[in-house]
Order: sequence, then structure tokens, then C-alpha cells
Amino acid sequence: MAIIATQSLVKTYGRGKKEVSGLAGVDLAVDQGDYVALVGPSGSGKTTLLLSLGGLIRPTSGKVIVDGTSIYDLKPAERIELRRSRIGFLFQTFNLIPYLTALENTQVPLMIAGRSCDEQQAIAQSTLERVGLGDRLHHRPSELSIGQQQRVALARTLANSPSVILADEPTGNLDPATVESVAGMLRELNDEGITIVMVTHDPRMAAHAGRVEKLVDGKVVVDELALAV
Amino acid sequence: MQVTLRRKGLERRTMRKLDIILKELCERKSQLVTSFIAITLGITVIVGIRTVTFYSEKAVARELDNLGANVLILPKSATVSDYYSADFANAEVPESYVDTITASGLQGVDNLSPKLTMPVRLKDKRFILTGILPKSEFKSKPAWQVGGDIFTKPMGCGAVDVPGAKTSGDSDLDKAAVRKEVIKDLGPREAVVGFDAARLLALKRGSTVSVKNTNFTVRKVLPQTGTVDDSRIFAHLHTVQTMYGKGRVLSAIEVVGCCKEISKGLITGLNKALPDARVVTVSQIASTQLKTNNMMSQFSLVFLVIIVLVGGVSIANYMFANVQERRKEIGTLIAIGMSPRQLLSIFYGKALILGIVGGAIGYGLGTILAIWLGPRIAHIPVLPMPALLGWALGISVALSLLATAIPAKNAAGLDPAATLMEV
Repeated sequence: MAIIATQSLVKTYGRGKKEVSGLAGVDLAVDQGDYVALVGPSGSGKTTLLLSLGGLIRPTSGKVIVDGTSIYDLKPAERIELRRSRIGFLFQTFNLIPYLTALENTQVPLMIAGRSCDEQQAIAQSTLERVGLGDRLHHRPSELSIGQQQRVALARTLANSPSVILADEPTGNLDPATVESVAGMLRELNDEGITIVMVTHDPRMAAHAGRVEKLVDGKVVVDELALAV
Repeated sequence: MQVTLRRKGLERRTMRKLDIILKELCERKSQLVTSFIAITLGITVIVGIRTVTFYSEKAVARELDNLGANVLILPKSATVSDYYSADFANAEVPESYVDTITASGLQGVDNLSPKLTMPVRLKDKRFILTGILPKSEFKSKPAWQVGGDIFTKPMGCGAVDVPGAKTSGDSDLDKAAVRKEVIKDLGPREAVVGFDAARLLALKRGSTVSVKNTNFTVRKVLPQTGTVDDSRIFAHLHTVQTMYGKGRVLSAIEVVGCCKEISKGLITGLNKALPDARVVTVSQIASTQLKTNNMMSQFSLVFLVIIVLVGGVSIANYMFANVQERRKEIGTLIAIGMSPRQLLSIFYGKALILGIVGGAIGYGLGTILAIWLGPRIAHIPVLPMPALLGWALGISVALSLLATAIPAKNAAGLDPAATLMEV
């Protein structure tokens, strides 16, 4: 059974003559433990699809189903709770809070989830150690390298033990060596059973995925190269 | 869990919304400075003005208390200054005015004190010989009992003893100035001497003082009052009238009226009953001081409006800019599960801290300002007013929260997808 699925997903931006199509009827099914790479040219709707899967963009029509529940039919508070407990986001620009340390950034989702201070600290520390930043707990993002910042972002994503990671160009800002490191970590997480849907332009990253879906003009299309991957 | 952490030598680092607020405040403190200064200065000025005004009003109240009477009946041509300097230049009112008042049935007269004041020089120094009527004379005059209830204090009136009315006991002259108490007994050749007069003339109880060839035995030396009474020599009204060949006339009649009755029409009644006299109320006597106090109150009101406008706009502007600057951060927090309510609490928490700190520091600075300025501009000693702290915090916090409401609502309503897709 698909852990995430979309049914005829349409997203249109603007109104009237200025209407722009973001998604033009996407049907996608991602099974538990899948590692799916979303590829395609800029403006093809990859990020829109990813954020829709995460409950952040209400589609114009169609459904997004997570664990059998149509998430846009949920009340806002229920959708927030689902996002908090089941989904982890990983961004291209890391989006770390600049005035918090690596440990504190990793504690934030745990704080939001209402975990106790002791739990926050223990989980955040062990997660940071897992991504190889046990010696950078009290460093702010500005005191870390780009690769280390993305690893802090990954630790934050993992803090609440999500079953799905939605990654938007997670290696877009990284040097080749760090790309491999992050790709390896995502692979490892997927091996542990975490479902990953990743938007990427990078064929090397796409090569790590078990499945590649190509979007063109808001639609999933069959692509020979993607099939080859 | 905590034990494990300690074993690992890791100090305990908590993460609460308050930590996010405080760390963000510290990170961007330079942006906060304008709002903080606006709110702190506003509260400083308001607290300073309110503190000085409060003590100024107390000073007026004390002066009026020292005055005792709150209504003066003077000759038409005399002024209040004339009354205090005993310089009436033969302006007088007939003693029969006392009869007129008692017979008028006017309600709210707590006390009547007819006086004839004459300047005298003794040992080359100027004193004021003041003829007064002792309480016993009021009781003995049937005509002054005609009014019957006139000296019955209405509910809520002051506690000044009333001649002719039942009192709780003899008053002790040592404890009250003559203005506030009607002297019980005073013989025709007896005098009560003010503190300064006694000191300058070396008088004490039992001494003899000679005024215009009339010898008086000092019955009492009054304690120091800090008023013009200190340089007065009080003698029996009729003796003074005879000494100066004045007949049955008075310089003034001091009236202690019930405040409520004054506002209800006692003054109008007195004016009607005594058309040839000038009826002056204490509000007129202290009008300059009261005007100053009113001006200060209005100033504090103006500053309140200014702080609401300037402080509010400044805080709102800061918060709007803050939300704009943190769009991506807010979008990320929403993406990782922060609810609108949690976001609102972060912004309101920040406003609360700004309000509390601004209000508290404003109160402190305002109090210091008042203590420093009070003696210099209002010639009064000023002490801190802890009650104003709550007031200052209330205004400051309410203003901060109010100014933050719309920016915070904007933050909570941000479209996370839009902020995350921004380059």
C-alpha cells in the first residue's frame, strides 16, 4: 500500500488570464520504504508537488493521501500534527535558524512536538552524533561549513523520527564531496525503512534513488533516461 | 536520561519558546533599540510627571489642611493676600454676619471662626494681633443657636470640632493649630501666642505681653505650624475690637464647610446671605498650584497619547520588519510542525518582554527623574511611588501587545510554501 499517493493533483496559481499551471493532474504513488527522485526542468512543478505532499500547498483539485488519509480534508490542526509526527523536510538552503546552535536547531522540532527538555537534548545530541557532528553541538550555523549545515538540517529532519522525508534539492548548494556524503546518509536512512521523496536536478543524486519520476509542465511523464536510472 | 547526559559531561541546554524569543532578541537587538527607547522614554516621562504631580497635589492638600478653613468671608475690597498680611486698610465686615450665617439655615457649615486681624510692632518686629471668639462664647449666645442644625455635621463631613455642637471631648491645644480648632476658653486679658512670636518675644505660659498698652497673660504657646499662625498673637475678639476702637467688626470669617455641601451650593447661599462680602473658596486660594497640577495632569495625558502613537507605531513597525525578515524562518517552523498558535505566542512573548522591560526601566528612570526634578521645579520632596510600577507595566505591556497584534497575525498566517519557494 502506498504511504503517499496523489490523485489527479492539480494546482493552479493566479486567476483569470494570469492563471499559471503548477501541477496539471499528477497521479503518483510512493510505497513505504521507497526512494523516489523527482526530476525535471525548472518550473515543471517539482517543488509544488513536494510541498503538496507535505501538506503545505492546498491543491486546486485532486487529493493527497498519506497513510490512507486525504490530508487536505483534515482540519488544519490535524494536518499540522501529521506533518509534525510523520513528515520531515530537508531544504536546499538548509533553513537553519541562524541564532541557534546546532543542538538547539535540532531541538526545535522536538520542542514543537512538546517533548521534555531532557528528551529534547538527548535525542538532539544523539541525532547530531549520528550525522557526524557530535563535536559541533554548540556551534551556530555561521560557524559551520556548508556541508555541516546541511547535516544539521538533516539531524533536525530526523529528530522526530519521521516515516517520510521530503527533500527539496538537498545537495543543490553542496560541493561534490559533500554531495556524496549527504547522498550516502539518505541512502542509509532509506535502507532503514524511511520513505524518501527528493526533488533534484543532479543526476548523481537521482542515481541513488530507487525510482525516478520526471515532471514536465506539471505532469509526470515517461522518460527513457529516468527509466534507465 | 538526565543522568546519562551528566555522565557524558554535557551541560543541560533546554529549548523552549522563551529561549527562541530571548536568543532572537539578542541576535537582532540593534533593530529593537528604537522601539525600546520609544516605550521606555514614554513611560519615563509619564511616571516622572505623575510622581511629581502626586506629591504636588499632596503639598496643596497639606497647605489647605494647614489653612483649616476652606471658605473665607472677606470684606468686598480685601484680597486673600490682605487677609494673610493683616493689611485690611480698614476694610471690615460687621460681626452681625455671623448671626446672619447662623440664622440662614445653610447646611454644611462645620465651623465658624470670626477674626479681626491687626498688625502690631513689638520689639521692632511685626506681628499680627488676631482677635478670635472662643468656643464658649458660641455656646453662650442664644442667637447663634437659632440655626439649630447649622453646626450639625452632614454625613461625610470633616472631623473639625463644631462650636455649640456636642463634641467628643476637649481638644488639646498643643496638638492643633488655632485655625483647625476653636479655642475653648479665652479670657478678655488672655492671649495664645504663636511659636515664632513666643520665641522672638521670649514668651512662655504665664508671661505677660503688652500690646497697645494692654497687658495679656500668655495662656498657651502654640506648637510650630509653619504657617502665618506662628507669628500671630491670639486674643479675645471683643478685647481687640475695643483696643482699636473698631466696634463690632471683623476682618474675616473663616468657615470650615463640608466639601460636598460646598459643591452643592453653600457658597451660593453664603453669597446670597452676605451680598456685601467677598466669599472665597480654597480652590481660588490655591488656584495657581491647582492650575499647575492640572497642567501636569494634562501633560501626562498628552504624553500618554504620544507614547501610544509613537511607541505603538515604533513597535508595530519593528514587528512588521521582524516578520518580513524572518519569513523563511517562519515558513520553516510551520513546515516542521509549528502551529499558528505557537507562532503567535512567540511574537506575543517577545512583545511581553519588551513591554515588561520597557515599563520597568521606564518606571525606574521616571522615578529617578521625579526625585531629582521635584525639589527643583515644584519645590517639593518626592519619593518613589511603587503603585505606579503596576500602572507603568500595564500601559507598556498593553501597548506592546496591541502593536504586535497585526504583525503577529500576519506571521501566523504566512503561506509557508510561498516563503520556502522564495529565492
